[in-house]
Amino acid sequence: MSVFGPVVKIHPVVLASICDSYERRNEGASRVIGTLLGTIDKHSIEVTNCFSVPHNESEDEVAVDMEFAKNMYELHKRVSPTEVIIGWYATGFDITEHSVLIHEYYSREATNPIHLTADTALQSGKMNIRAYVSAQMGVPGKTVGVMFTPLSVKYIYYDTERIGVDLLQRTRMTPGRTKGLTSDLSQVAGSASRVQDMLTTVLAYIEDVLSGKVTADNSVGRFLMDLVNKVPTISAEDFENMLNSNINDLLMVTYLSNLTQAQIALNEKLVLL
Amino acid sequence: PSFPRVFTTQAASMASTAGTLDSPVKQIQIEGMVVLKIIKHYQEEGQGSEVVQGVLLGLVVEDRLEITNCFPFPQHTEDDADFDEVQYQMEMMRSLRHVNIDHLHVGWYQSTYYGSFVSRALLDSQFSYQHAIEESVVLIYDPIKTGQGSLSLKAYRLTPKLMEICKEKDFTPEGLKKANIGFEHMFEEVPIVIRNSHLINVLMWELEDKSTVADKHELLNLSSSNHLEKSLQLLMDRVDDMSQDIVKFNTYSRNLSKQQQQKHQYLQRRQQENAQRQSRGEPQLPEEDINKMFKPPQPPPRMDTLLIAGQVNNYCQNVKEFTSQNLGKLFMAEALQGHN
Repeated sequence: MSVFGPVVKIHPVVLASICDSYERRNEGASRVIGTLLGTIDKHSIEVTNCFSVPHNESEDEVAVDMEFAKNMYELHKRVSPTEVIIGWYATGFDITEHSVLIHEYYSREATNPIHLTADTALQSGKMNIRAYVSAQMGVPGKTVGVMFTPLSVKYIYYDTERIGVDLLQRTRMTPGRTKGLTSDLSQVAGSASRVQDMLTTVLAYIEDVLSGKVTADNSVGRFLMDLVNKVPTISAEDFENMLNSNINDLLMVTYLSNLTQAQIALNEKLVLL
Repeated sequence: PSFPRVFTTQAASMASTAGTLDSPVKQIQIEGMVVLKIIKHYQEEGQGSEVVQGVLLGLVVEDRLEITNCFPFPQHTEDDADFDEVQYQMEMMRSLRHVNIDHLHVGWYQSTYYGSFVSRALLDSQFSYQHAIEESVVLIYDPIKTGQGSLSLKAYRLTPKLMEICKEKDFTPEGLKKANIGFEHMFEEVPIVIRNSHLINVLMWELEDKSTVADKHELLNLSSSNHLEKSLQLLMDRVDDMSQDIVKFNTYSRNLSKQQQQKHQYLQRRQQENAQRQSRGEPQLPEEDINKMFKPPQPPPRMDTLLIAGQVNNYCQNVKEFTSQNLGKLFMAEALQGHN
């Protein structure tokens, strides 16, 4: 479907908060709603934070604790003054009539707010995350309605966020859904083994192409050439020298830090005599 | 910056449950969302070498401390003189209670710059936290190390020995000797485990589906001299501080021994005088209060030395970890070249 308007960029922390507040919802509530905070650009809207707002929903009416929402926004503004209200979110698959009312409320708080839905009940087997903007429709003067037009959603990360998300993704593998934090050389080993896995996949593909099982793809071939050329060709002697000087530096630093530690331990013992 | 101390009836209820435990926390379990929030907070508000702080919320389950949520603390700005931090905290926790988020204080987090976090302020804050809530921890998040490829999040608590000393506020050399505490026994590290609920796992699958395989291999980056330089610089500064402190202590002990000698000599002279007077039949000189005449020199506080030693130790550990990783990477690069 074609999309108009700005692109919505979401940080994963917002989605994690939404899932968490859905898990903590009150008895009997089928969905949770909350405010989205972020920054607006000319071409995109970046959603960086959110908080949930208590609300009651029944067949014919909906009540949102607006006082609470205002309060929380004030508190959040103290920490990050650059974030503004840019819209609201709701869990659930579809947009209901109540959403229109809530959207109207948020239109008062922000210009042209966006509405984010996240299907946490997984009705369609996936967690559909969609964003909408409201637009007027209908016959002017007579029946006027509101239509929600979808926007394209992208996920963006800071570098450190990317690394955090990578670690979190590894909790999917373990049975207890837990993951400890490793340190030192084991991390380098882990990273190296991942690169090795990737290389084996690539090698398998090349084998297939060579034996004719898979037709060769030129763009992939170009990537492969880039890959092989990435290893710089340096004369063996120069490389030896560079390697040795680097290793010497590192060994010296290790020696010095060990020495320092021995020194302070000694000092400690002497003082306590 | 000093951290405000907000302990209300929650602290009392926590303390009663803690009383039934016979040992403090053995493990920390963090929700993935908390990790993301801490990362985001530093990224947005903590550029430069300022520390960012925040509060951790959660609950205690057997010997595990579960951290389920957190909220950041605004930084201390000059123009916010009437900003009431206590009020901010109370409001935040009250609001979070409405949306069913655990509102029990279980600790606090702080970002660090190249590993320099062992300071008086941290000690004071953690002491007041641990005093009120037995299981509380301080999470140290190292953004620079994380940026290099692996999440660096550590949890520390004060050892019981150190708690004793802080309670007594007895920082003289004799006091510390009595407790027999070394810089290695100041903090104890608690292992951390990250846990995600099933829904968050579903979210992770979606994210992996939709996002590009970005530049995920920072960890294998070979260029390290910048980081090493900075760490060594900080280490050198600390060692300088330490040597100054040692010099101070040496002068103090020298003064003390000199004074002892003087006292001894004075006493001896007194005795001699008295003996002479006795032999001449004159009244003896009154015994004067020695201590008033020789005022003992002020012993320097030893707490700073401990802190500096702890910090130096921390730097050395970090440097060694770093060099071991880099050596591994260098050998890998050599293997790669060898095939050419």
